[in-house]
Order: sequence, then structure tokens, then C-alpha cells
Amino acid sequence: MTASSNLRTVGTPQLRKEGVDKVLGRAKYIDDLEREGIWYGATVRSTIPRGRILAIHYDARVDWSEFVIVSAGDIPGKNHIQMISADQPCLADGQVNHCDEAIVLIAHPDKRRLPEALAAIYIDYEPLRAVLSIEESETQEEIIWGPHTSEGNIFKQFHLEKGNVDSVWAEAAYIVEGEYRTGAQEHLYIENNGAIAEYDEVTGITVWGSLQCPFYVHKSLMAVFDLPAEKVRVIQVETGGAFGGKEDYPSILAAHAGLLAMKARRPIKIVYDRMEDLAATTKRHPSRTRHRTAIDKNGKLLAMEIDIATDGGAYATLSSTVLSRATLHSTGPYVCPNIRITSRAWATNTVPCGAFRGFGAPQSIFAIERHMEQVALAVGLDSDEIRRRNFLHDGDTTATEQVMVEPVILDTLLDRALEVSDFHARQSEFARLNPLSPVKRGIGLAAFYHGSGFTGSGERYLNSLAGIDVTTDNKVRVLVSSTEFGQGTNTILTQIAAEALGIGYEDVIMAPCDTGIVPNSGPTVASRTSMVVGKLIERAGRQLVTGLRQDAGLLDNYSTQDFFTSCLRYRELHGKVESLCRYEAPPNIYWDDQHYRGEAYPAFAWAVYVAEVAVDTTTYSAEVTNFHTVQEVGRVLNPTLAAGQIEGGVAQGIGYALYEKVLYNNGHMLNNQMTNYIMPTAQDVPSISVHFEEIPFAHGAFGAKGIGELPHDGPAPAILNAIQNAINQSFTSIPLLPEDIFIRVTSDAHEQEQITV
Amino acid sequence: MRGNPESHHFIDAANLDEILALLAKEPGEWTAIAGGTEIMVAHAAGRLSAKKLINLWGVPELSNIVVTETHLSIGGGVTFNQIRHDATIIAEFPLLAQAASWIGSIANQSRATIAGNIVNGSPAADAPPALLVYDAEIELISHKGTRRLAYSDFHTGYKQSLLLSSELVLAIHLPRHHEQQIKYLRKVGTRRAMAITKVALAGTASSVHHAITRIRIAAASVADRPLRLIATEAALLNEPLNESTLSRARKALWSEVRPIDDLRSTAEYRKQVIANLLDEFLTQIARSSPS
Repeated sequence: MTASSNLRTVGTPQLRKEGVDKVLGRAKYIDDLEREGIWYGATVRSTIPRGRILAIHYDARVDWSEFVIVSAGDIPGKNHIQMISADQPCLADGQVNHCDEAIVLIAHPDKRRLPEALAAIYIDYEPLRAVLSIEESETQEEIIWGPHTSEGNIFKQFHLEKGNVDSVWAEAAYIVEGEYRTGAQEHLYIENNGAIAEYDEVTGITVWGSLQCPFYVHKSLMAVFDLPAEKVRVIQVETGGAFGGKEDYPSILAAHAGLLAMKARRPIKIVYDRMEDLAATTKRHPSRTRHRTAIDKNGKLLAMEIDIATDGGAYATLSSTVLSRATLHSTGPYVCPNIRITSRAWATNTVPCGAFRGFGAPQSIFAIERHMEQVALAVGLDSDEIRRRNFLHDGDTTATEQVMVEPVILDTLLDRALEVSDFHARQSEFARLNPLSPVKRGIGLAAFYHGSGFTGSGERYLNSLAGIDVTTDNKVRVLVSSTEFGQGTNTILTQIAAEALGIGYEDVIMAPCDTGIVPNSGPTVASRTSMVVGKLIERAGRQLVTGLRQDAGLLDNYSTQDFFTSCLRYRELHGKVESLCRYEAPPNIYWDDQHYRGEAYPAFAWAVYVAEVAVDTTTYSAEVTNFHTVQEVGRVLNPTLAAGQIEGGVAQGIGYALYEKVLYNNGHMLNNQMTNYIMPTAQDVPSISVHFEEIPFAHGAFGAKGIGELPHDGPAPAILNAIQNAINQSFTSIPLLPEDIFIRVTSDAHEQEQITV
Repeated sequence: MRGNPESHHFIDAANLDEILALLAKEPGEWTAIAGGTEIMVAHAAGRLSAKKLINLWGVPELSNIVVTETHLSIGGGVTFNQIRHDATIIAEFPLLAQAASWIGSIANQSRATIAGNIVNGSPAADAPPALLVYDAEIELISHKGTRRLAYSDFHTGYKQSLLLSSELVLAIHLPRHHEQQIKYLRKVGTRRAMAITKVALAGTASSVHHAITRIRIAAASVADRPLRLIATEAALLNEPLNESTLSRARKALWSEVRPIDDLRSTAEYRKQVIANLLDEFLTQIARSSPS
């Protein structure tokens, strides 16, 4: 189903706006940039997970007069990173709460001198008892964050009730319980974190960085340097991937570079190497989700009781909003009259967890979609049938009592997924062939949604502003703080502007992503760029065309030349050609933050994914051998980029499920190298088929909804469901490594032997 | 880059003699570097302790693959890219060509040399199991001359070997067998490419009437060094391939491997998987054996 349209640019596979520069090596990333007289910065980090700092010693064998040294006492403003809470220090002052926490910064004109200098700074600690897991934090025996009450160690909690859960257990035909766990995951953007800062008494502080959210950094720098908004400038340079990993961390790094620049009175560059980036920056929140579900004799859900716990690490960062999204995706795309969800984000003495593609949804979708597989087995229905019987449809309500007013086509998506994957035929074929082979094959599916845009009232608080202007040399510029980091922001926003203005894609460029130039269109997160920011650009474009018709004589059926001619006239009248629009919530959106009730998201992207796996009983390894995706994301703005998002998300989801394991030793990441933190290679990723259904969403740009996070949500449960189909073993934790499969199948064999004996 | 290039002394030499003279003159002072695929990783991580480095890259005496009537000789400076594409190696020593193709990335293979792979001494190295089953000999050279040893004796412990500080690996010599052999090589890595071995097994065998008349088995990542499995071979040689032989072979295998827990896997997993790979090899022998 392709939406009929007379669109010229939107929906076409335009080449990436910055693609040629990237391919030809002309794109300048942070480490490609130099400034006159630049020095290089490095960071002294904690080596214990929790303790008091007693003393800092500088080895006399180093000539410290050559270095600039910054510690907490040098901070002119507030020693905290301004995120949702202000609990995370910019530099540890008196106490450390996780390994690899920044304590001291040094800078030197010769970067080769930095490692030996770092090694010559010694810190004496009085160690304090560290809390290193959700379970330890839950005991509240040691309070490491918050008040010394029952609220201690809890960054955030939610409680959600729909209907009356307690009333139905007695009448349930089946009750299924399960506990599911997900691990930390590293983003592995190609380019590590890096920033350059410059300080000047008159103009204030300027930071160039590899980052997602220029205005988050801007806000944070204002607090650390105690400067007004106009004396802080943040410029995003070409950014080599982010996946959420450059949502909050760049605020810390920018402040570090800025503090050194202020003290050194010269530009400072800090670029992490991979080992430092892996050890010190955020990861995906580990989670534990418990489900207790009542089902009637026909396989319909009667009640869902869900308990979610996430590990937030040592500081609050984004844990509350990650937990919110985990909570709001925990029922899956199913309708159920009685729901209770409790969720908590716990503090531990590990590196703070942060944003990562999916933002809590992959965790809770893994749980519900593995759980539905167990429900199917208990009831005696096929994987597809149990889901079909419980899917949300138009007019149904979610856990927050949000009524599905937009079309929900889960049945269509499921039908198509079964068809393109030849699901039932493959399942029978594998069942027939598996006994003859040491390699057992299986097929599994997962159905899910991903809410587009900020949760609840988030977009209203953001109050984004975005627009376009026209330069004197006849280029339309898109004015946004939305950033390009490989996912296609530049391309889709210029496509949208070109479409709304009725001019060519090549006539539109992006304005520099510089807080001194562009308005605050919000952070580049939460699958909001296409839908929310894109819509602002569409409106700004239409508004400008209206203005040109009214004031500057633009006629119908205008050519590009006519357009720019009337821009000239418009400029003579108004001094500039600019059109900005501010966010307006879609009508009939209501959200109650207190009770977590109402329209959690203005729109949802929907999907059904199918994985085929091969489990080798010689090596106990599971591989994904084929993958099918069917999704409804509203209008597809650029089919090449959209397919790329899906394929990349699936690859990252395969890593999450089967390969990527963050190993800790006393809170320090042990495998902080790409040789030991195993992400799948091209050879480990199978062919991925991508199918879109398009139902344009009236309040998204030309009908677009969010797409970027959706593909990370479904692979892990689909893959583990397929493994269950292959070897009849139900695994409940990811990452699932060969060593885990080995333990299960050999201990099972051992038990069998003992039973026989 | 955590290493500081200024804290290292890196020199080129005019020829092999000059390199050997320097190694003899300042024993233990110099570390030879060819492709640098290990040393540069250590340098980047700031843990390269060797202060003096002498460049071996491109030394002509080390760079060739030579085929004679009886042997194939691989110079110590031959890269894995050369090995995986060499027609004689592909035809007569396919396990070595295959192992070469599994090493790191294409870029690694273009720089990494066979001597580097051996001298680095990692128990997880890809090439050694194949070399061991092909009865490789290793030829070492110093200013005093050369000596030739069975490669199976070369590694003496974790990153320990018979190489003296005055010596370099001149060549690896593989005797050319012309009879048909059953061959087996399987690497179990952390992923399909760019992977360090968790367990690997190489084997060659000949059999007549379901009895094994000649067998070589070697493994990676199951001991402190690349290991030829002598006891396992002995349990199988001249024995019929039946359940009791298989059971004795497995016992012998477990008596001579010493797997460990590390970042990549567990001792228990390795112990079981190496046995499973042996089973797979023996099953292959049984299937291929002319009756």
C-alpha cells in the first residue's frame, strides 16, 4: 500500500545532503579541526566505584608548570551537569560515585605528553561500600543516592493502574509468570566523543563538538560557567554517529574542555580514544522486568501485572524519561482491560546509563514479546495467533487509557510478515529437518509499537521553534538545532522544505548548527525529528509561500526563478526573508503527568519482525540467518534512508541480543576495546528485508511519524523466540552468548541423565 | 594514542646481516617489528614496554615462499595475504590458507607476518594449529648461523618459546605430502570475522579400513600455548573408529588441554567445545574412510 500523492521531493530517494563530502573525505569531524595555539586536554578518572577523595598527589618527576590543571575548585558557576536533575558533578569534589568519574583535567600543548602525566597523578581514597546491581540497590541497605528513606536509591518510580487487576486472577483460565533481563549496551558510534572549546572574556565560551543536542550543552555550560545565554555558543560539527550516546555526555565533555580553555586562555581540544570512551561514557540501562498475566480460555488477556526495574548508574541523567518510555511500552501492542505497572530506576555505583536508541522500549518490549511466547505455549496457540487475538485496534485504549484514534493496522502487518517470511512453511520445514542435523533452525516473531516524539507533555514543555530563511545568494536555509549524525536529518528536512516551498532539493541547504544562528528546535532524539521538527519546517515553508503571495507577488505555478525573484521583493519590504514556526500540539491531546494517564504519544509506529536463526549444537552458538521487517511509520520521506534506518537498527538489535556484553569488574568496564566488546560484523548480519506500509499521519511532516528507534525494539525478542522454536529452550536474558546456551543445554542433559539413573 | 612515539627508538637496517649483528651486540635490547599488527596495538594502548624497535618489514631474505621437491618454505616476513593467495599453499596446505583468511581484517592480513604470529606466542593465534598438523619445522637465524627445530617444540609456555634474543624466525618449512589426507579446521570465534579464537581445532588424518593410519591434531585457546594434541593422537592411531576409541580419545584430549576463563569465554565451554570439535573431525574421518 503506497499512499497516493503528488509530492515531488518527499518520498523520493534524494542523495544525502552531506553524503558527497563524507565519501570524498572532505567532511570535517572534530579531530580534523585545529585552532591557532591549541592545547590538548585529558582526564584523570576514579579507579574505585565509590569513596571519599582524601588527597591528590602530583608526582614531582613531571614538570607541572608546563601543564594547565583544573579541578572542581576552578569551576566559576555550579559544579553540576544540568540535565533533568542537577545531581551529577562536572568534576568530582570530595567523593566519587563510580569508576572512571572525572576528577582532574590537565592540558598540554603536546598531546603525546598527556598519558604519562595522567599516570603521574595519584589519588588517595577512603573507599565506601559500593552498590553494583539492581538487587543490591533494592535492599536499600546502603543508600548511595537520594534520601535515607524508602525513597533512597530511587531515581524515579511510576505506578499505573487501569481497570482492576486484583479482581481477575480467580477467574483466569491461565496465569503465566516470567522474569526477563536485558544487559547494558554500548553505542559504538564510529567517532568517539570529542570537543574543542575557546574562552574569551568578551564573547564568552564557544564549544565545537560531536553531539546531538546543542541546546542541552548550551544550558549546561551556562550553569557551569555562570554565563548568560548570549555568552555561550555551541556548534555541532560533523558527527560520526550517536545513537543516543551523544545526547547527554557532550554536556560533560564540553564543560571540561571549556574549563581548561578558560584557565589556559587558549583553545583546548579533548578527543577520547575508544578505551576511554567505552569506559567512561553512558550505556543502555540494564533492566529486569517481571510479568504476571491472566488469560481467559480463548487466549484473551484479562490482566497484566508488570514490574520494571532499571539500573541507572550513579547519577540521574535521563533515567526518569528512559523509565517512562520503558513503562509506556511494557504492555506491547495489546489491549487488556486490567493493567498494573510499577517501575523504578535504581541508582548503582556504575557509570551513569543514558539515552540509547529505543530509550527504554527495547528493554520492556524484549520482556513482553518473550512473555507472549510463553503465554502462547501455555494457552496452546501459535505465536501469531496469540498476538492476533490481543492486538490493539482503532478505538481500543492503551494502559494510559489513550484511545487509538489513528488507524492501527497490526493485523495487516502480521499478515504481511507471515507472508514475506513464509512463516508457517518455514516452521514446519525446520521441525522436519532439525532432527537430522546438528544445526537446529527456528523462526520467531515479535510485534511492537514505538511512540513517536517526546512522551506525554514533553513536546509542549520543549516548545520548539524552527523555520527557514533565504540568503541573498538565493539559497533556502533550514534553521533548526536538529543535528545530522548519520541518520539523515539534513536530507529529510531539506526535502520537506523543498516540497513545502515548491522548489528543488538542490536549492535548499542546512544552516550551520550553531546556537548563535539557529533557533531551538529541541534535541535530536525520541524519533521526533521527522514528525515534529519536520512538521515545523513544512508549516514554515507554507507560511513563507503565503507571505510571498500576499506581499511579493508570487503567482500560481511559479518556477524556482519566480520564487527567488519574489524573495528579493520580500526582502526589500521586510529586511529579511525568514519564516519560523513554533510547536503546536495536535488537537485533543491530553496528558496527566500525575497519574500517567492520557495521550502518551501523538502517534505510534507499528511493526512485526520475523527472525530466522540457526543454533549449532557443536558450538552452542546462535546466528541470525534471515530477517524480515514489516512496519508502518506514516509517510516514508526518503526510502533509501528509511530502509537504512531499519537495516541498521536490526543489526544493532542483533548485537543487543546475541553479541554485545559489557563486562564489569568492581564497576569498571573490563572489555573496553572493540576486540573484546563484540559487536556483530557484516558477516554476522543476515539479509534483512524491509517492507513499509504507509498511512500518513496528519500531524507529522507530509504524514511522517518516527522511524529511527523502532527497528531496535523488535530484533531481540524475535531472535530469542526463534531460538526457542529451534531448540525448545526458553531463554529470558540478553545478551545470550554461546556460553549461556552451553550451560543450559548441558545442565539439562545432565538433569536428564540423573532422572534416568 | 596512549603511547608516546618519542619514548621509543625505531630504526631501519640496511640488510638482514646488519639486523642480526645488532641483535647480537645488544642482546635483549631490541624488539623486531615487521607488520606491527600486535606492537602498534600495544603502543596505541600505552602498554608497549619495548623501547628499541628494529624494522623487519620488507627484508628480502624473509619475504618469499619457496617450493622445492620436498618442502614448501615460508619466509618469516611473508604476510597472511601472501599465504592465503599462494597457489601451492591453497592446493597442498589448504588449512593454512584457510587459517590465514580468518586472521583479523584484510588490512591486518596485508601487514601481519607469519613470524610475527608465531613469535607473539598467543595461544589463540590462528596459524599455529594448521602449522602443527602439517609437521612444520621452524628455522631460526642469528649472527652465528641457523638452526632448525620441530615447530611443535617451539612454544614452551605462555608467550614463552625457544627463540633467543639474538634470533629471528627465518622460515617455516612444511614437508610436502602427496597422499590424500582427510583434513579438518574449525575456528570458534566470538563472531564470524575480526574475531579472536575461543577454541579452534585442526586435524589431518589418513585411514584404511576404518582404522587411522596417520593422524595429527592441534588446537588453539585450550592451553597456555598453541598445542599439538599428542595424547589424543596416540589414543586414535591404528585404532578402529568405534565408541570405545572415541571415548578414550576424549579422555586423552581432556588430559592434555588446560583451558581457562577469560574475557572471551569460559574454561568449561572450551573444554566441551574442543571435545565436540574432535567428535566432528572423527565423524568426518569415519565418513571419508574407504572401507
